[in-house]
Amino acid sequence: MTAQTSPPVRLSVRELSVRFWMRGGRTVAAVTDVSFDVAAGECLALVGESGCGKSVLTSALLGLLPGNAQVRGSALLDGLDLIAADEATLARTVRGRRVALIPQSPAAHLTPVRTVRSQLEETVRELTGARGHQARAAAERVAERAAFPADHLDHHPHELSGGLAQRAAIALALVGDAPLLIADEPTTGLDRDLVDRTVDELRRHVDDGHGLLVITHDLAAAERVADRIAVMYAGRVVELADADDFFGSPGPRHPYSRGLLDALPERAFTPIPGMPPELDALPDGCAFAPRCPRADAACAAVPALTGASGRAVACHHAYARTPETADV
Amino acid sequence: MSEPIPAPATGPAAGPAAAPALELLDVTAGYDRRAPVLDGISLTVAAGESVGLLGPSGCGKSTLARVAALLHRPWAGAVRLAGREVRGFRHRAPRELRTSVGVVFQQPRLAADPRLTLADIVAEPLRATGRRAEIPDRLPELAASVGLGGDLLARRPHEVSDGQLQRACLARALVLRPKLLICDEMTAMLDASTTAALVAAVEDHRRAHGTALLAVGHDRVLLRRWCDRVVDFPPA
Repeated sequence: MTAQTSPPVRLSVRELSVRFWMRGGRTVAAVTDVSFDVAAGECLALVGESGCGKSVLTSALLGLLPGNAQVRGSALLDGLDLIAADEATLARTVRGRRVALIPQSPAAHLTPVRTVRSQLEETVRELTGARGHQARAAAERVAERAAFPADHLDHHPHELSGGLAQRAAIALALVGDAPLLIADEPTTGLDRDLVDRTVDELRRHVDDGHGLLVITHDLAAAERVADRIAVMYAGRVVELADADDFFGSPGPRHPYSRGLLDALPERAFTPIPGMPPELDALPDGCAFAPRCPRADAACAAVPALTGASGRAVACHHAYARTPETADV
Repeated sequence: MSEPIPAPATGPAAGPAAAPALELLDVTAGYDRRAPVLDGISLTVAAGESVGLLGPSGCGKSTLARVAALLHRPWAGAVRLAGREVRGFRHRAPRELRTSVGVVFQQPRLAADPRLTLADIVAEPLRATGRRAEIPDRLPELAASVGLGGDLLARRPHEVSDGQLQRACLARALVLRPKLLICDEMTAMLDASTTAALVAAVEDHRRAHGTALLAVGHDRVLLRRWCDRVVDFPPA
């Protein structure tokens, strides 16, 4: 929407690859050559089927990968390379302070034996150094910003509904005033009303100037919250598009993206044939070719992601830029 | 709570094709001594029919699914499967009633034994009912019908995705060819393509075997597209 006048880039990921070395000499190519930007006041939604590498990407950005992972590429956040930074730097200056994570399952993320207030105050003390009634006031302020009701602050997580637990998790993520928020499947398992409310709240923080990277397989949630869409398949970004173009007209250009949208019950409700490839046994060439209606001999070569920054696609047979006979 | 229900003839004379697959009549159910989760609920799924039950989280629709699957004993009211009144629930349910209902739950990770291979998970009901001999015949066909190809059947749950494991759980629910299939938020954790694939597998099976369906969920668009009829919780 704001491609021309976009504010300075917050997060700039370039050619990021993550490999896991497994026992028996297997290698899992979880993320391959991924590049994207997230600007301040912008939401990028990373969508794709489960197991396509979305969550590994999150862990890479937060320096939370296990020891058998090998990372290449860079991820610059306001000048600091998150990939090259050492653990002490990440712990002291990045996690919670420059990048905050909104977790997939807030109920599991919160400590079950302590009240929301006590967890918020602990995070305030840890991240801002405030003590005593200052910490208390700061915790209450951040709860208010996350629309978490003050009269529930003294509740334990099991006393909260799914929606309130999600807001508590968002409040925790807001404590350090990190410019970049990463939400990993923030709406999985929530019902539609709650999904809408959660993404609307996330959107509010984007409009306040945060950059937001949402990882999700929920296309309706992505449509509601995102300015731009990145579609991931088998560890690669296969399409980058403005959300309006993607969900509206001219629609997605990559056959995989089309397949995802056509699988929605409000559209054709037709599944993509087959299943995603195993990340330890990727086919040569385009990984989507075995499931693709447009595949031919050209697809034996991996297509590069080409196009202008706002609109790029990695496909030898991408659908045209102009609206065509796609079913609406 | 009284036991009202002017019971229609439930004998074999009623005819198996005519009797609804599921009847819940004035069912009241809950947990512990707290207020009931289901308070005088009635719902009918005709033989071969598909009904979507729609409601927000926490409304009691999963409890209803558990009662219908004979996994939770109601405090009052009647449950009938194919015209037969259910008297025992859980382990007290007669085997032929228990095996006439298949269930798929929301979270496959909680519904499948992590130590078993997918093949063993799918075949478990056959083994449990002394029909081990049918496994070699039924397993490949059923696995193919839910899209579990290649070496997936030899793997264990931690080696497959949620979607692949849910396919196995669906196959397990269908392996005894139940008259009624209950899907409790079967696709809530899954992406759009896997959702559409699982629904297509259910519908293929229903077409072939005339299975009735109770699909419980919160996605109105999905249930409308999937089912003959969509009912808001609590059903009137």
